[in-house]
Amino acid sequence: MTVGGAAAGRARVGENLNRALHGLLEDDPSVYVLGEDLLDPYGGAFKITKGLSTRFPGRVLTTPLSEGAIVGAASGLALAGGKAVVEIMFADFAALAFDQILNFAGKSVSMYGHRVPLPLVIRCPSGGHRGYGPTHSQSPQKHFIGIPGLSLFEMSPFHDNRAVLDRMLALGEPCLLFEDKVLYTRRMYEVDELFTWELVGDVAVVRLDTGGPGGLEIPSGDLDYVLITPGGVAHRALAAMRTLLLDHDLTGVLMVPSRLYPLDLSDLLPLLGRAPLVCVAEDGSAGGTWGDHVAADLHTRLWGRLRRPVRLVSSADSVIPTAAHLEREVLVQDSTIRRAVLEGLDG
Amino acid sequence: MDKLSDDDLALLLLIRSFELKLLALFERGELNGTTHTCLGQEYVPVSLRTLLRESDWIFSNHRGHGHYLARFEDPEGLLAEIMGRKGAICDGVGGSQHLKRDRYLSTGVQGQSLPVAAGVALRLKRYEPGALACVYIGDGTWGEGAVYEALNLAQLWRLPLLVVVEHNGIAQSTPTGLQMAGTVEGRAHAFGVAHHRVDIVDIHEIRAQLAPLVDRVRAESCPLVVEFATHRLGPHSKGDDTRPPGFPRFDWYAAYQAAHPVQSAGIEAEARTRIDRIAAEVAARPPSVWRAA
Repeated sequence: MTVGGAAAGRARVGENLNRALHGLLEDDPSVYVLGEDLLDPYGGAFKITKGLSTRFPGRVLTTPLSEGAIVGAASGLALAGGKAVVEIMFADFAALAFDQILNFAGKSVSMYGHRVPLPLVIRCPSGGHRGYGPTHSQSPQKHFIGIPGLSLFEMSPFHDNRAVLDRMLALGEPCLLFEDKVLYTRRMYEVDELFTWELVGDVAVVRLDTGGPGGLEIPSGDLDYVLITPGGVAHRALAAMRTLLLDHDLTGVLMVPSRLYPLDLSDLLPLLGRAPLVCVAEDGSAGGTWGDHVAADLHTRLWGRLRRPVRLVSSADSVIPTAAHLEREVLVQDSTIRRAVLEGLDG
Repeated sequence: MDKLSDDDLALLLLIRSFELKLLALFERGELNGTTHTCLGQEYVPVSLRTLLRESDWIFSNHRGHGHYLARFEDPEGLLAEIMGRKGAICDGVGGSQHLKRDRYLSTGVQGQSLPVAAGVALRLKRYEPGALACVYIGDGTWGEGAVYEALNLAQLWRLPLLVVVEHNGIAQSTPTGLQMAGTVEGRAHAFGVAHHRVDIVDIHEIRAQLAPLVDRVRAESCPLVVEFATHRLGPHSKGDDTRPPGFPRFDWYAAYQAAHPVQSAGIEAEARTRIDRIAAEVAARPPSVWRAA
């Protein structure tokens, strides 16, 4: 168990990621970064790759608008002994590289009988709440779940991006890193003054700051619900937790894993098994979601101890509209999560 | 046709015997799944064999037995792979279409390997100048967008990428005229990529034509498309040949046999005997074991 918190720093999440990439390229000469529009002075659509091409010109390559070729070429670099980080400008466009991800990178790890290392990270700025409309706002994690040899990670304010990048590359298999765009300008490691957090393995556990014992020692009477969310939903979950506490006197715990798939909640099963309600909230559109997968796993592993069905929150089964008021109706809000918890506990 | 060295002819006839044996094994129900033989196209990888180096990467496709055998001359490993027996190159997981050994790799999705080869070529250019990535594709593969994305990258980044097109005039059951507008040459030139067409089967002459061009890929680090006008003698996979009787099917083998009957007959007998022996030996092996999860 690692203790995080205020002392760990206050950089913005985007800065943390940018520094992580600088450090990675500096420390490991075999790393390449490829993507569209990432040359300085532009430095990528969200400036995450800023400064990289100036410092590492031969290894930071701007590409044509060819997601399939970018991921394919990155796979080739990885196959030939390099390591590659790909920037997909918007997560929606990862669909254009689906063949390379599913049929080449993912399968190549194991379809040649012996394990073929393929250290490859595909960064996917995802999520809405920015008014970018139907083709630039998706959280397409669900389309990549359950692919042999492919891991899914999501950026979070609690997980240092350098550590996450190192971990992904060390896996020696292709990884997608989903980066909720609204996180870029948020501060790292910052939570509402009501809460405190710690890392349990790869999962950040956020709980009410009672000055008392750690997150896994919460007395049963002080636990009304557990929320499980990817990093991008963490702030909305925290806002919901605040209201649930102040307006409804309900105390919960938030779990934010770094690796979404495969997901390992083993260390947290005791706590989850004691919660009156487990709720999984995510931004992907409803139907065949990551949350479905988590719920099925928890129902299987905690059957007999769960008091209620795992509650699922996702965006509507819809495209994501551009107009702010329409976008709000479709995407998950803190109020959506709050309502789900209240309804779940009533049900 | 000029007389070939015994080595070249032996390799040609080894590939032919291997493919004929596979079809026979299928007919007897001894093989699982499907397979795509390169009957008629054997001379393509055999021609290239002496032009490619061990440091080069080779990316093959669904019709890749000849490419593999020309690289490694390992019919035992390949047959064991296809039959799922001990000694299989990829433990029987990959089968006919998905092979990896050293710097040789094949996949079963058309066009997919071009961008991958471009990435390999990018790394070769930096760390092993003079080495290249060679990708075999067919005429049908030019329907895939990945081909064009990769050609664009290869020319933009000046990558040592050799694209070998085995244009046999038919994509599974669809003749070129029904699936390709324009020409391979026109498409390569659209990206400023050099193109060379080979419409002969004489291996010496093919090598003479290609040697300076392949040297240029290495020395100047630039892509090249070599298009072989070739003929697929057999079906696409097993019993799926819908071509009318008049469809052109030139066979180098028949032409060579007529020109050099004695050399041809002797070496062919050796190849057939060798493949018969290997087939019997491999069939008697225990099933392959897959250890990797």
